[in-house]
Amino acid sequence: MPFKRKDLLGLRDLAADEIEHILETAFSLKEINTRSIKKVPTLRGKTIVHLFYEPSTRTRTSFDIAAKRLSADTYSITGSTSSMVKGETFLDTLKNLEAMHPDIFIIRHSASGAPHRLATRTPVSIVNAGDGMHEHPSQALLDMMTIIEKKGRLDGLTVLIVGDIAHSRVARSNLLGLKKMGAHVVACAPPTLMPVDLDLMGAEVCSKVDDAIPHADVIMVLRLQKERQQQMLLPSMREYSVCYGINRSRLERARRDAIIMHPGPINRGVEISPDVADGPQSVILDQVSNGVAVRMAVLYLLGQRDASRALAQREESA
Amino acid sequence: MKFREPVNVLLRNARVLDPSLERDFFSDLLILEGRIREIGPELNLGADLLSQVQSLDLQGKWVLPGLFDMHVHLREPGEEYKETIESGTRAAAAGGFAAVACMPNTKPVNDSAAVTTYILQRAREQGSCFVFPVGAISRGLLGQDLAELGELREAGAVAVTDDGRPVMNSLLMRRALEYASAFDLPVISHAEDLHLAHDGVMNEGPVSTMLGLRGIPRAAEEIMVARDLLLAEMTHGQIHIAHVSTAGSVRLIREAKARGIHVTAETAPHYFTLTDEALMTFDTVFKVNPPLRRPEDVGAIKEGLADGTIDAIATDHAPHSVLEKDTELDLAANGMIGLESAVPLVLGLVREGVLTPLQAAAKMSLNPARILGLPFGTLNPGTVAHLTVIDPELRYILDCNAFQSKSRNCPFHGRQVQGQVLLTIVDGCMAFTRMSP
Repeated sequence: MPFKRKDLLGLRDLAADEIEHILETAFSLKEINTRSIKKVPTLRGKTIVHLFYEPSTRTRTSFDIAAKRLSADTYSITGSTSSMVKGETFLDTLKNLEAMHPDIFIIRHSASGAPHRLATRTPVSIVNAGDGMHEHPSQALLDMMTIIEKKGRLDGLTVLIVGDIAHSRVARSNLLGLKKMGAHVVACAPPTLMPVDLDLMGAEVCSKVDDAIPHADVIMVLRLQKERQQQMLLPSMREYSVCYGINRSRLERARRDAIIMHPGPINRGVEISPDVADGPQSVILDQVSNGVAVRMAVLYLLGQRDASRALAQREESA
Repeated sequence: MKFREPVNVLLRNARVLDPSLERDFFSDLLILEGRIREIGPELNLGADLLSQVQSLDLQGKWVLPGLFDMHVHLREPGEEYKETIESGTRAAAAGGFAAVACMPNTKPVNDSAAVTTYILQRAREQGSCFVFPVGAISRGLLGQDLAELGELREAGAVAVTDDGRPVMNSLLMRRALEYASAFDLPVISHAEDLHLAHDGVMNEGPVSTMLGLRGIPRAAEEIMVARDLLLAEMTHGQIHIAHVSTAGSVRLIREAKARGIHVTAETAPHYFTLTDEALMTFDTVFKVNPPLRRPEDVGAIKEGLADGTIDAIATDHAPHSVLEKDTELDLAANGMIGLESAVPLVLGLVREGVLTPLQAAAKMSLNPARILGLPFGTLNPGTVAHLTVIDPELRYILDCNAFQSKSRNCPFHGRQVQGQVLLTIVDGCMAFTRMSP
């Protein structure tokens, strides 16, 4: 089955069978990462440009490793090296890079929707590597891959997402994706960190984490940023840790087979205690490993676009 | 104004909508030397006079008093790359407007007699319609000290506002209402609690949650509407609420009017036409302040228009260039142009049965003129002709590339609409026409 999209912008756009397709591809590519020679020629001659307008270590490295293992050439432009500081607009930067004929842009931007608007303006494929508080599709895909790996399925599972839902693109993409795949999603946060009307997106909304924990097959813990305290959203990080932090005693109420996830980077001792992060139920590092596989799958599928289009045209004329 | 030739025109078979007389009737209408000379069925001019006038058979098309837009941004002085008094008034005339009131957030701010005088002079030299400057409430729009309201009035300002920004300091708003009353200056409130709005970029609700965009709750507007109604009650000042966008604001204003508070209100076509769902594409053309709201707000705005809670329809014409708009939604400027799309959208309300043709005419001419204390909105014989001819039936697709405005930030571009301005007569002269002679 060819992947028909030009871009990967978010889970909102994807149908369940497209998500399955990406995940199946990721599972089949994962094995490459454990070979002694970790490289296949699939994207040889393709040019991939990372455009990161927001700090990121993990996601950028993960995409870069994924691209290189598929033999693509990669270039990286980050906030500090970009000409944005010289006053060039994002669109101008993109148009200049476009003139150098890349195949895929991987974009992270602090403004929600920035990759979506750019996607309408360029023939180059765009992968959204996180836009503002909107979506982070590769993260949700790797999370779903990890859940399937550990639980064998998504359908019928209860996934508890706990933390700063309001500011989280990880939460939004996971909610959209998990709902499409048949999971039940419970979103738990202090009311100040819960966006309005999240129930209309299909989540069960709650503010008492201890009530939600016993029912969860998956507990996805979100990072809490220190700025939230200054924004009158929380009295203190300490209180958050006491009331919402996932720690050993809280986890005693969870199912024995519940898994603990975190998109990173972790604030140890704030949203998750060290013993839980490093404990037997934690799959946090599996998420990181699967991140490379999922990003390989995404780049592979988008990298086939020219070939599949040519193929379609040939079939039409035949 | 740049036009200096009063017209001699006979409009035959017009549907005349005169809100000042509350009359809606079929008639002929004779304009001689730029003055409305006679209104009546099948006017008999005699061959002599007939040869001197241009005769137009309107076949039932509408004649309204020249439209009055009490809320526009002409951007001059200071941001002439977005709009000028010349281009903005040309857009106004093309949209059927005989007069506009322009907001003071220019560069420099219109907080002085000098800027007001400059605007009026440019309008006299280059304008295609009347321009009535609105002065600032606070010096530099900084929300700290009162501007020289008396001097502004003297120079020709017709109201005061800090539009674009709220007056956050309640004491300053109280003083403005008190002081302005000595000069019969209405105070126009841009109702927004900046703390609650919190750098939001769209309405707070299910769409902002879905899109991960910072939301502006409806309460950010309603709290300030409520405050200003209370201050108006206390001071007996004249408050006018600009760009009403929420159901709660409509309810507050309705209750205040019932209690006898001297308050008037306006809304803009986008608030009864569009909802926050438009932002789903992240298109910055839909970013506006106050933001597009929910369908239930649109319904309440229509009810408020129908029952008279909302007195006027103004466009809040806010031109921006691609520099401000072709950017990330978070960084994009607020505002939409509206002068050349207002008439068909208001006619949509008439077709929906929300407003009668006469009510629509009143909300776009007589009512805003009355709020500002200006003698517009009438077709009385003997007066200088300011009038607008509208074909209410014509269907077409709105094309902002054909607009007179310098800017293209029109959220209705490409929309199928019905109703078009055919002719605008301002100060007895032809300011705009689509009719062949």
